[in-house]
Amino acid sequence: MAANESEVLAGLAEIVAEETGIDTAEIVAEKSFTDDLDIDSLSMMTIVTLAEERFDVRIPDEDVKNLVTVGDAVAYITKAING
Amino acid sequence: MTVVVTGLGATTPLGGDVPSTWEAALAGRSGVRTLEYDWVEKYRVPITFAGQLAVRPEEVLSRPETKRMDPMAQYAMVAAREAWADAGSPEVDPYRLGVVVSSGIGGVQTLLDAWDTVRDKGAERVLPLTVPMLMPNSAAAYVELEFGAKAGAHAVVSACASGAEAIALAYDMIVSGRADVVVAGGTEAAIHPLPISAFASMSTLSKRADDPAAASRPYDVDRDGFVLGEGAGIMVLESEEFAKARGARIRARLLGTGRTADGYHIAAPEPTGEGQKRAMLAAVEQAGLTIRDVVHVNAHATSTPVGDPIEARGIRELMGDHADNVLVSATKSMTGHLLGGAGALEAVFTVKALEDRKAPPTINVDNPDPDLAINLVRSVPADLPSTGDLAAINNSFGFGGHNVALLYATA
Repeated sequence: MAANESEVLAGLAEIVAEETGIDTAEIVAEKSFTDDLDIDSLSMMTIVTLAEERFDVRIPDEDVKNLVTVGDAVAYITKAING
Repeated sequence: MTVVVTGLGATTPLGGDVPSTWEAALAGRSGVRTLEYDWVEKYRVPITFAGQLAVRPEEVLSRPETKRMDPMAQYAMVAAREAWADAGSPEVDPYRLGVVVSSGIGGVQTLLDAWDTVRDKGAERVLPLTVPMLMPNSAAAYVELEFGAKAGAHAVVSACASGAEAIALAYDMIVSGRADVVVAGGTEAAIHPLPISAFASMSTLSKRADDPAAASRPYDVDRDGFVLGEGAGIMVLESEEFAKARGARIRARLLGTGRTADGYHIAAPEPTGEGQKRAMLAAVEQAGLTIRDVVHVNAHATSTPVGDPIEARGIRELMGDHADNVLVSATKSMTGHLLGGAGALEAVFTVKALEDRKAPPTINVDNPDPDLAINLVRSVPADLPSTGDLAAINNSFGFGGHNVALLYATA
């Protein structure tokens, strides 16, 4: 099932909001998970696990460190869905 | 050095905080009701009622908080925040602040849910916070983080005595000079098919499903076992010197602790009650008092046929004639048995009883067991002496023969 980036962003924003309590409106592409959203490593791992389940993709541990911003994650997941 | 109580917190089957819980206790209300979960029927859970929280933590905590803590830690957090605020949010050097918050079974709901995930969805779906949520020290750790405590954070486990033993360890921390302020208590969230079935298989739970509010009936002839309860009780303890220096309101003094073991059986109490008596006496002696100074006992009394009489006989044997003057309350009649939370919630009740000079009732004692030669407070609260210093004992006895007695006195 193909997906576009805005759908993925919306889905990811929901996951991040649930996990952290941050308003979905604040979860935008340019923001860095650690520096801007103050998300620690365990929360990041939770977000990744939940995203894997929601979007039915695999995000190996070694790729997670490259997902610095929300936009990085959205691009990665969209690409993984669309193959 | 004297240890004092400056803050109280609780979330229980009687109320979401201490004032509502205590008001319900004095009114003799029961927090025990029929379970409404679909798993009761689905798994043929043999016991269909329990003492369930009056206020769910999700009504009080933020959603992210409820997702990163097992219910047992959530209950502890609710109670700890109340206790801290009640103590006036003390300003204390983090290196002089400690935490002791116990649970009997730990994050059992997280553990079991995570196993369901492994079995049904696969191991890769287990969430990263699973270990921090299921570990038995989780409540202590989260409370430690909440207040930035650095003197030490501990979780002492002794089954149904865990909550009281936590308070006893907090006493040690202060008296030994490790901390000026300690947040201490216990919690349990074990209302789930497995723990219920496990207790039921020991034939230790009441089967009075047709009248749940009447099922927990310590000292009544027709008692048939305990009723499971959930919740947390927390208190803020300080050295008297520290409390007075900061102008804190002192609710009561914790003057002594007694901790013994039966060396007898993995679940049954030693029949002569010698371990229990030793614990009560040790608490009185550490307090520098005598048995005759005690006017109230919050009994462990879980409503089991075997357990209740051993404690009652022990109280009579220890206190002799003076037992006639000691008002005994078995508050599990109203709350059910909070397991790791019981000893701490009952310590809260003991402090409130001294403050208000009122011993709470033991409800459901329609026909008191004729063998019990104690002065039991039934149906309605009974007044404690209106003047003078009063002392009270809180008893907690856990599976495995752990006996804990805490001796409190009026402020």
